[in-house]
Amino acid sequence: MSAATQGTAYRPSTGRRIQAWFANRFALIVAVFVLLYLFVPVAYTFVFSFNNYRKSNITWNPEGSPTLKHWQNPCGAPGVCDSLVKSLEIGAIATLAATVLGTLLAFALVRYKFVGRGTGNLLTFIPMATPEIVLGASLLTIFVQGFSNVGLRLGFWTIVIAHIMFCISFVVVTVKARLQSLDPRLEEAAQDLYAGPGSTFWKVTFPLVLPGIVGAAMLAFSLSFDDFIITNFVSGSETTFPKFVYVSYLRGIPAQANVIGFSMFVIAVLLVVLGQVIGNARKPK
Amino acid sequence: MSALAHIGAGQGAPAGPDTAKRGSWMPYLLLLPGMLWLIVFFVVPLVQLFTVSLQSKFPGYPGYYYRDLNFKNYWSALTEFAPHFGRSLLFAGLATFFAFCLAYPLAYAMAFKAGRWRGLMMICIIAPFFTSFILRTIAWRQILADEGPVAKTLNFLHVLPGGHITETWMAVVAGLTYNFLPFMVLPIYASLERADPRIIEAGGDLYANGFTTFRTVTLPMSMPGVLAGTLLTFIPAAGDYVNAELLGSDRSTKMVGNVIESQFFKVPGGYPTAAALSFTLMALILALVFVYVRKFGTEELL
Repeated sequence: MSAATQGTAYRPSTGRRIQAWFANRFALIVAVFVLLYLFVPVAYTFVFSFNNYRKSNITWNPEGSPTLKHWQNPCGAPGVCDSLVKSLEIGAIATLAATVLGTLLAFALVRYKFVGRGTGNLLTFIPMATPEIVLGASLLTIFVQGFSNVGLRLGFWTIVIAHIMFCISFVVVTVKARLQSLDPRLEEAAQDLYAGPGSTFWKVTFPLVLPGIVGAAMLAFSLSFDDFIITNFVSGSETTFPKFVYVSYLRGIPAQANVIGFSMFVIAVLLVVLGQVIGNARKPK
Repeated sequence: MSALAHIGAGQGAPAGPDTAKRGSWMPYLLLLPGMLWLIVFFVVPLVQLFTVSLQSKFPGYPGYYYRDLNFKNYWSALTEFAPHFGRSLLFAGLATFFAFCLAYPLAYAMAFKAGRWRGLMMICIIAPFFTSFILRTIAWRQILADEGPVAKTLNFLHVLPGGHITETWMAVVAGLTYNFLPFMVLPIYASLERADPRIIEAGGDLYANGFTTFRTVTLPMSMPGVLAGTLLTFIPAAGDYVNAELLGSDRSTKMVGNVIESQFFKVPGGYPTAAALSFTLMALILALVFVYVRKFGTEELL
């Protein structure tokens, strides 16, 4: 009650403030638990990369564990590194192509009014609203029943084609959001200062959109690298890292897969942290 | 990596005036390569899938079909696999609901309470993505297994009906909730982040209690994010088969995705059935998306 007597300004009652205190902390407490929950299987993957297992890496073997042998020999299991290399190659090509195509689409859709703009928006949106299994199934039918006549067999390139296709929509959405949030006065200012359309674009517009493009590329890479469902439909006998893990599940996943999975996680975190540090350093004070 | 947050940002109202230019052939030139790719590798395959769904089997030659307009494929596929369809929608619906319950407080805490920890929390949400989704799902299978800590504790307390988590619908729904949770968090966060905290404070100033303020001010402001989040969670969950395959059982938890996958790869002559099921799933989800978007009025999603 003492709070109520301190001043004439409105102060909520004690009961209300206790409620508010809990309401404040409630979201944070739940948030911490949800974050921990997100990390449970990552922690499991990490712990079991040190397991000195006999037949399959399911139960913890106290004898000889923890061991560093899987970390010392991450390519020790047959096929695991080949599949990782394939995933990285596919991810790199698909990211590059999808980022270029998607950025061009986003510029056209945001910066111009033209006949067919609505259709263009719809066509770039629908692949995102289509379940992966339908994308995979439709690509499989066209590859098997149509494009195989022109010599395209299921394998590396069909995976790349499929990944470019589903990444484009995500790139478009990301770059579009960035373009829409740009302040048009910045470009007007450049033109007022006698910059031509070319130098306005390269000196003002493009640098401002670049973070969106970089974000889109990172999103595309992570989607491509982790994709399983579509890849499984169009890969034929080619094996990517997620497919390797899935296929080897029945006979037991080698701990090297845990090593690689956890390492990718660490590398991604380091890259993101590094990116933020650089971004903060370059930000004008 | 605020990239995923832009998914949510994508369907908000565009900031500032529409600066689009008119006329000229430039937009078509920019559109050409991307559109061509989407037409050849998205639209054409869908048309092909549709024709396959109407093909008939060659009698006596399993695995061979001829072009036909056999609409009976749809009828037989949908009657035979109706339970799987129902399960897909039910499991995806449950997973979307649970993901919403977990995601909203997290997004809310990030937008209003986290302060300088915001960036770290964002990394924590995205980072698990990079440990393969399949690896994490298999990790859940071991964690939820009968001899694992969760099932053991619940069984010790006698609160687990049937005594198992894995091989039941609970594990499948848990897996779906887990795997698509970030897709729920990030759009909600993006829309809350753009909300002006002063408007929420105004709710308190006008003598609304915490809950009323939340219900009448905060929640409506985050609706575009909630809408995008539920769609981004429901759609992949409804089409998923990996969780049902790795966490569920052979009989009682298979979803429509499992049927499509096995009709394509394991059942000789299964292409038309699988195609009919895929096409129905897509039509159903697109219809749902459009109804949803119309109803909640965020046409910017398109």
